[in-house]
Amino acid sequence: MVKLKIDNKNIEVEPGTTILQACEIAGKEIPRFCYHEKLSIAGNCRMCLVEVSGSNKPVASCAMPAVDGQEIKTNSEMVKKAREGVMEFLLVNHPLDCPICDQGGECDLQDQAFNYGGGKSRYELNKRSVKEKNMGPLIKTHMNRCIHCTRCIRFAEEIAGVEELGAINRGENMEISTYLEKSVTSEFSANLIDLCPVGALTSKPYAFEARPWELKKTESVDVMDAIGSNIRIDSKGWEVKRILPKINEDINEEWISDKTRFSCDGLLNNRIDSPYIKINGKLTATSWGNAFEFIKSNVVNKKSFSGLIGQLVDVETTFAFKEFFKKVFNSNLIDFRQKNLFLKNSSLFHNIFNTPLNDIHNSDLILLIGANPRHEASILNLKIRKAIKVNQAKVFSIGNIPDQTYEVHHLGDNIEILNDIDSNNIDFSKVFYAAKKPIIIIGESVLNFKIGNFVIEKSKSILSKANNLSGFNILHQNASSVGSIILESYNNNFTNLLLSDVLFLLNADEVKIDKQSNQFIIYQGTHGGENASLADVVLPGAAFTEKEGIFVNLEGRPQLANKASYPPGNAKEDWKIIKALSDIFNKPLNFNSLEELREQMFDKYPILKDLDCLPTINYKDIKIEEVDKIEQNIKLQDFRYYKSNIIARQSNTMHECEKKIFKINQPSKN
Amino acid sequence: MLKDKDRIFKNLYGDDSFALSSALKRGDWNATDKILAKGKEWIISEIKNSELRGRGGAGFPTGVKWSFAPKNVQPNKPHYLIINADESEPGTCKDREILRNEPHKLLEGCLISSFAVGAKKCYIYIRGEYVREGEILQKAIDEAYENGLLGENAAKSGWSLDVYIHYGAGAYICGEETALLESLEGKRGLPRLKPPFPALIGLYGCPTIVNNVETVAVVPEILKRGAKWFSSFGRPKNRGTKIFCISGNVNNPCNVEETMSIPLKELVEEHAGGVVGGWENLQAVIPGGSSMPLLPKQICDKVLMDFDSLIEVESGLGTAGVVVINKDQDIVKCISRIARFYKHESCGQCTPCREGCGWMWRMLERINRGESNIEEIDMLMDVTKQIEGHTICAFGEGSAWPVQGLLRHFKAELIDKCENLGNRKIA
Repeated sequence: MVKLKIDNKNIEVEPGTTILQACEIAGKEIPRFCYHEKLSIAGNCRMCLVEVSGSNKPVASCAMPAVDGQEIKTNSEMVKKAREGVMEFLLVNHPLDCPICDQGGECDLQDQAFNYGGGKSRYELNKRSVKEKNMGPLIKTHMNRCIHCTRCIRFAEEIAGVEELGAINRGENMEISTYLEKSVTSEFSANLIDLCPVGALTSKPYAFEARPWELKKTESVDVMDAIGSNIRIDSKGWEVKRILPKINEDINEEWISDKTRFSCDGLLNNRIDSPYIKINGKLTATSWGNAFEFIKSNVVNKKSFSGLIGQLVDVETTFAFKEFFKKVFNSNLIDFRQKNLFLKNSSLFHNIFNTPLNDIHNSDLILLIGANPRHEASILNLKIRKAIKVNQAKVFSIGNIPDQTYEVHHLGDNIEILNDIDSNNIDFSKVFYAAKKPIIIIGESVLNFKIGNFVIEKSKSILSKANNLSGFNILHQNASSVGSIILESYNNNFTNLLLSDVLFLLNADEVKIDKQSNQFIIYQGTHGGENASLADVVLPGAAFTEKEGIFVNLEGRPQLANKASYPPGNAKEDWKIIKALSDIFNKPLNFNSLEELREQMFDKYPILKDLDCLPTINYKDIKIEEVDKIEQNIKLQDFRYYKSNIIARQSNTMHECEKKIFKINQPSKN
Repeated sequence: MLKDKDRIFKNLYGDDSFALSSALKRGDWNATDKILAKGKEWIISEIKNSELRGRGGAGFPTGVKWSFAPKNVQPNKPHYLIINADESEPGTCKDREILRNEPHKLLEGCLISSFAVGAKKCYIYIRGEYVREGEILQKAIDEAYENGLLGENAAKSGWSLDVYIHYGAGAYICGEETALLESLEGKRGLPRLKPPFPALIGLYGCPTIVNNVETVAVVPEILKRGAKWFSSFGRPKNRGTKIFCISGNVNNPCNVEETMSIPLKELVEEHAGGVVGGWENLQAVIPGGSSMPLLPKQICDKVLMDFDSLIEVESGLGTAGVVVINKDQDIVKCISRIARFYKHESCGQCTPCREGCGWMWRMLERINRGESNIEEIDMLMDVTKQIEGHTICAFGEGSAWPVQGLLRHFKAELIDKCENLGNRKIA
């Protein structure tokens, strides 16, 4: 341990700690702009200067390691003068446009100028003016405000893996730019907005929408993919104005993908705000009572009943839906899968990411099988990048995948390779078995009924030979998948399901329905998509920001999404609709509140109760089956990152992104 | 005055050819293998004893710098020797003459220095504008390879050394050693944070010693004639001979090798033909290249040209680029021009220098035009103090010191400009 003195207070810190970190441990706030925990140290803003014994000039604390016996002063006259000086320089060319700047109220420069500045500028000359840069549909630039901290450059290079930002020119003419003024092609580009300590990079979709102090801030969970990124929803009245990341070191650290952040304008468009019934082939708005009666009168003579659960549905709604089908329709023909997706069984091991997300960086070999982590689960891609950076991990892929921002060795497209690895037939097996902690990530593209079982069993066999069964990972694409599997909401009679007399679509928008002549379709959901227009009855439900609900992420970690807003118009929270419908049929579900519902659900599925915890899995009990060899070329399903669910499809921002950025989603040449 | 027999750079003026045949006659590459045979400890201690200080401007003891390189070379961490030939300091052109006329002194020095720090690769980072000098140097390198003086078993010493030239792209800041390393690695020439120092983590993360051309070029002569000989010149801690570059308002601008601690007046009068208009017409001298504070005449009368005596008068020896300014010049305009140079060359990485250099220059221009009031003079001093010592590299000092020198010694001129010019304008 290193012992040092900070403002006459003795403290001990780990070796390798910087003076800035030591000061934070000692409870001393050090102002900074360029320093950021997750990025490399630049030391260029000079705001964090402190006085260190033995040095006649102040020292940049962010870059200087703490050494035994140092005496540090953070509030001496020298430090105060240095900070005031740096602050004055920063403000020399910074425009005084706070009243029209979107960063106002949450601006590091504003706060620190207030706390550490001299209070008055002596600069009376003209300020520098810098041309705005085009950084695509998400990032609005005001380069006059830039203080050249280079956080954005370092983020793009180190975290997002796109070397598209840089500085041009020199001295006071230095400008931050995308080299050719092209859009930043990363699905993490908008994190630059959070990182920018001033208003140089602000959010284009959120421009002039609100001031931070007007917003209601709700902590919640993202549903755009199966990662379950922690988010903060900022809402004003009914409208969700913006979504920001919430720090969770186990999952998303402090980043979120652009879809998570910017699809929120999809929550405002094309919403179903009233029940509709189809009269003479035309959907007509009506009251809840009429809609329920219409359902009741139309299902009386029907024989088969089935339900399809969409990808944005919380477990409470799924549970209520399942109970409803059992009790009211006496049917268990419900499923969450909207495509050909193989499920081994409902055991957690076979359906989740057994490697915790915050442990992926410790792996040294990653084999992707039909998985495209960059687009299917962007946060996962950051973890893989981290493994490459801190652990020199190598990434291999079966199946040709788009550019992942790092080097991927393409082993081939034939699934037979798994057999070869298993039986030590190819050179790659040596590489695989030599790895200390190899992991396999299986994408939904290969989990079809034909080869799914083969892929799963072979992967298990390979991993057990490598003594790392916990490296078995299924990459689900949807926020509702793992939760629905835990609730056993699937049925392998998939083809019959779509042909039932009564088809109840619960937020299911991804499946193409071929409506039968005497089929009665109920659609409950949030947005008027294709399936809603096919339906005979449309019931308006609540989006994930408008209700409280538990989502289980791909690691099997249940997390609570909080209610930030309320459903629009006559729309209701989904479990309430299902409960009310059961009352209409005189077979009421026996819960009257969300708490009662949860109590029953937790009784049956206690694993859901441990919020924020990872499930424990006993790897000793995992049996490995012998499977016949299969030879088949695999092809990755097209995954339209910016349009992967109904909310994103209704978002103008995502539409812009798809037009301007998505061309990167071309399979790589290697 | 230095005797001809004690001159290290006998061909400083290019009277003879730079070629190897001529260089051999001048004594270069003579018994280099015997020097190396004495071992690196002997070389380093001899250089320490000679009290040679770095000739690039900072004056760090060269022997001590070499001893910072790790004793044993790790297999995955080769050592590098970098020769800083990015001579860009206004008023300085000593390295240029060495490259033109004495390249073999430099190359012999490279071999000995590389051996002393355990480097098998040596990069010479040469100023981009020195195209012809680079060509000469390349010819000299080729000659040396052809004659077995570089490459495998260089000069039959048993040590192998490869020397490469890398041209800069014209940025002043790339003369700063860590910015030079960045530039050499192919990145923007931005100075690095220190620590870690290049001696441990330098080029490509490997131990690296960066030396000035003149420093390395004098090493062979010191080792051949002995540390005692070298340290017989100058005052304690300021030993040896040094090339001075005298320019500005003198009758005969020149480069001259002289002993350290020579009085400034003697240097100017003996070698540069005196100040234009006579010594009494002297206004100020910048003793060490544009980044050093200027000295007014009353100090120039007595001051000695070495590191410590110039520090005593709040200036520095720097690169020993002596710029003489006589009374015909507007001293404020002179310094304003220097401030403009630093505004133009600031790399823009850290705040005080990026924003401050332009501010200083603009203020000086305003004062020059008579648009300022007197309070701005103190403010200008404040701004220089806010830059000095708050930056990543020494550029902050380099840009602030000339202005501070002006404010220290010529405040009256500034006040005069503020008051009189301003009044005249109003009237």
